[in-house]
Amino acid sequence: MSEYTWPDPASRPLLGKRISRVDGPIKSSGRARYTYDYNPQGLLAGNILRCPYAHARITSIDISAAEKMPGVKAVQIVQKPGSEIFWAGDEVVAVAAVDEPTAEDAIRAIKVQYEILPHFVSDAEPPKNIAETSGPISQDDFEDMEGNQVPDEQVIAAIRKNGISFHLDDNYVKELQGYGVEVPVIQALRSAKYVQATGPKSPFKKTAVQKQGEPDKAFASAAATAQGLYGASCITHCCLETHGMAAEWPGPNEMAVHISTQNLSGIAPQLAEPMGVPAGNIQVMQQYIGGGFGSKFSPDRWGIAAAQLSKSAGGKPVKIMLDRAAEQEVAGMRPSAFARVTIAADKDGKLIAWDSRSWGTGGMGGGGTPPLPYIFDIPNQRKQHVAIATNQGSARAWRAPNHPQAASITMCAFEDLAAKMNMDPVEMLTRNLELTGPRAKIYRDELPIAAEMMQWKQNWHPRGDKTAGPVKRGLGLSIHTWGGRGHNSDCDLTIHPDGSVEIKMATQDLGTGARTIIMIVAADALGIPMQQVNLLIGDSRYPVSGASGGSTTSGGVTSSTRRAAVDARDALFAKVAQALNAQPDDLEAVNGTVRVKSDPSRGLAWKEACAKIGAMPLTIRGKNPDKSKPPDLTNSGVGGVQMADVSVDTETGIVRVNKMVAVQDCGLVVDVKTAESQVKGALIMGISYALYEEKIMDPVTGRMLNPNMEFYRLAGISDVGELKVRMMTGKGYDERGVIGLAEPPVVSPGAAISNAVANAIGTRVGVLPLTPARVLEALEGRS
Amino acid sequence: MKDDNAPKADPSSGLTRRDFMKISGIGAALPLVIGPTVVRAAGEDIEVHGPGKVPVALNVNGKKLMADLEPRVTLLDALRDNFDLTGAKRVCDRGTCGACTVLMEGQPVYACMVLAIEAQGKKITTIEGLTEGDTLTPVMQAFVEHDAQQCGFCTPGFVIATTHFLQEHPNATEDDVRRGLSGNFCRCGTYDGIRAVALAKKASGGTA
Repeated sequence: MSEYTWPDPASRPLLGKRISRVDGPIKSSGRARYTYDYNPQGLLAGNILRCPYAHARITSIDISAAEKMPGVKAVQIVQKPGSEIFWAGDEVVAVAAVDEPTAEDAIRAIKVQYEILPHFVSDAEPPKNIAETSGPISQDDFEDMEGNQVPDEQVIAAIRKNGISFHLDDNYVKELQGYGVEVPVIQALRSAKYVQATGPKSPFKKTAVQKQGEPDKAFASAAATAQGLYGASCITHCCLETHGMAAEWPGPNEMAVHISTQNLSGIAPQLAEPMGVPAGNIQVMQQYIGGGFGSKFSPDRWGIAAAQLSKSAGGKPVKIMLDRAAEQEVAGMRPSAFARVTIAADKDGKLIAWDSRSWGTGGMGGGGTPPLPYIFDIPNQRKQHVAIATNQGSARAWRAPNHPQAASITMCAFEDLAAKMNMDPVEMLTRNLELTGPRAKIYRDELPIAAEMMQWKQNWHPRGDKTAGPVKRGLGLSIHTWGGRGHNSDCDLTIHPDGSVEIKMATQDLGTGARTIIMIVAADALGIPMQQVNLLIGDSRYPVSGASGGSTTSGGVTSSTRRAAVDARDALFAKVAQALNAQPDDLEAVNGTVRVKSDPSRGLAWKEACAKIGAMPLTIRGKNPDKSKPPDLTNSGVGGVQMADVSVDTETGIVRVNKMVAVQDCGLVVDVKTAESQVKGALIMGISYALYEEKIMDPVTGRMLNPNMEFYRLAGISDVGELKVRMMTGKGYDERGVIGLAEPPVVSPGAAISNAVANAIGTRVGVLPLTPARVLEALEGRS
Repeated sequence: MKDDNAPKADPSSGLTRRDFMKISGIGAALPLVIGPTVVRAAGEDIEVHGPGKVPVALNVNGKKLMADLEPRVTLLDALRDNFDLTGAKRVCDRGTCGACTVLMEGQPVYACMVLAIEAQGKKITTIEGLTEGDTLTPVMQAFVEHDAQQCGFCTPGFVIATTHFLQEHPNATEDDVRRGLSGNFCRCGTYDGIRAVALAKKASGGTA
């Protein structure tokens, strides 16, 4: 029986070491070709005319002048006259032309008339007396619940009680399975009653009050209570490589597609129906992607437009990449979430009661519901959320959907309560870890390590830096969690008789290090150098592997690779055993040799061993999950602790992050180097959304005011202080298996930084980003 | 796009701010002829190109590259679309993010803010021009060692900027790095690695 279990530390030549990413050289030399760089002979440039109004009806479209322009090869109406447009920047007409200037001119030559309709883009606090809605569960609602990792039994109960307002097709079911949605949930969806959604008459959709325990009694008995307004504004994904796709038709019923995607294996099924081509005839390719962060799972309307334009232009390749403004306006945003919170503790600092009225927007869908209170299962709770439908490009999953907002709301309220009780938040957190459920032990391990790295005891002071001068310094903390069970993943691992090894998998590497960890796992099991493994990804002709969402890739791809590599190794042992005069079970693959465990002098070099395979290569399919090949090699549920050290200039309101500390668990760490990079990247992205990023909507025009990179500000190198990262490894962690790391570390920075600012200046700046204006308002007591 | 010579319509109406920038960058746009004409403006002779396609010759990575381009085409788009030098990326397209950084006469410039016609007669070096074949420069090697890249889309711009920065500051301090490399943005969050590259002395030995 093959042993698939992750090897123990003594027999891991590569696993858990510090290894440079394998695609580092091709990226740093500029040779990596992204979708944006796809530039075949005869490529046509696509461009899109977008609606300038936040809410409008198209009354007429005249494309005749554009069609007649020299160099214009195809014009495609995306939304016909009569269509209602719900956000500014929505697609109306697409063109393909011989080059970009011509395509730009063609767009200008199109005449579209609109009936302008009233719009609403504000996510300010909703009026108090709006009615509750308890309508059917929409697809957005459902995906929110899954995204928030609401327990399956609650999801099932909600589906049974309210019905659903969307239709379940096989593709969607497949997609859900790919994300790891459990069978009972899918069954509940299948058997749910369909209830027609009543159109949103008001932009406000209020949930029923959710109650647990006896909040009124608990508040009355509390030793201390804190109240506050907290939240995080809408931000965008701001992928550096904008969304886009190039399509061509090598044959009348065949498509080839280059696309910037997190979901390589899932694109053809989404293109098949709109294009009327069997999914098997659509080849999807992508070697490198310039950022996705949760926003790139679908071909989107512009991808379909590129495919249609290409068809109209005789099958010539047409590439549509969004310009920066469109990327910022329509290609993805993180919902806002705000809340008025009351939180209470007993005399020992134990949390006993929570009350929140929250609201936020994610565009027309209303947006995500933050899982409040975050992490702490406070015994007595009352909460209610209002989702606000606004006329702006819809929310897309943004790293750890809804968690950063929930952490900001909860952990800031928590630290305000600690301040009120004159308690060190590290101490108060320690006293409340039992409320964090199954991950309490992880936090208990991590908290002292983080405190030591930050020298918390020496540097922390009670709220309000009392030293002289305008610049105040403070510390803050936050904790976070995420699931991240490995997605479905298949791969083919081939050992050739000449000793070369290749792996084929239709997955993608978002810059997370997916390529690197697949190669580490394979080479580690086969006892050969990584350079000897030829990894082929990024092509839909390879075995299907899941979308990279929800931190599921690392668990998925390493599990299937491990199973394939162990099976291939054992198959090789079977071929070699006789030559070594041993039983297959007595062999091991170490240091580029296949040898007898008990007598390492009896062995064959890898190449010689592979020659025994025979004339034909040996190919093994690895799968995840695979119940026939236990154990489960991946897991779910990680914990992390972060701390921030900031300085605040109380005269200018400018916040600087001096240092951030992250202690992170993700089960078995496959490559410490890229794992640390992932966490550091999350800290930097966190500094960015904590201090600078905000999608600002203009209530008058209904448009985003900063759809660019001058005024939609990302953190730069000079904004980032010292970063210290510790990955939890060893006993208690390694044996849990591989768990993804993309979401968890990006959850806490906003809360930790906000708490550090409050600790520095002695007052809470409730809403992220902590801009100078908000800091000064808080200092003046105006917020 | 590379092989196209289709005649161009006159983009006479609907000027965007960007067209304005591009046109004002070359003086006043006027006659429909190929090749520059000279007009007298503000007491000086000004070359006027376009608005149709004009022959453009660029000196890129030591090679002379020729194409017929409209005057509004940026150096970045010419490099990428016409000469297939795709290392420089178009990200903000407004001179903010630095992903399109190339060297012009040895100085880093945002290629999205330079018109191809303006770059004529200047020595241009792109990321592709720093190496031959599969070799890496010491700076590129340091990017790999310090894992100063994730998705890698901003990386070529950062490598060019860092290469030039280290020529100017072979013994850079943290403060130098803060100022000298703040013209480029990264979304994945690789600044810590880039900082390590810029502070590692060995990366500055022999750059281009």
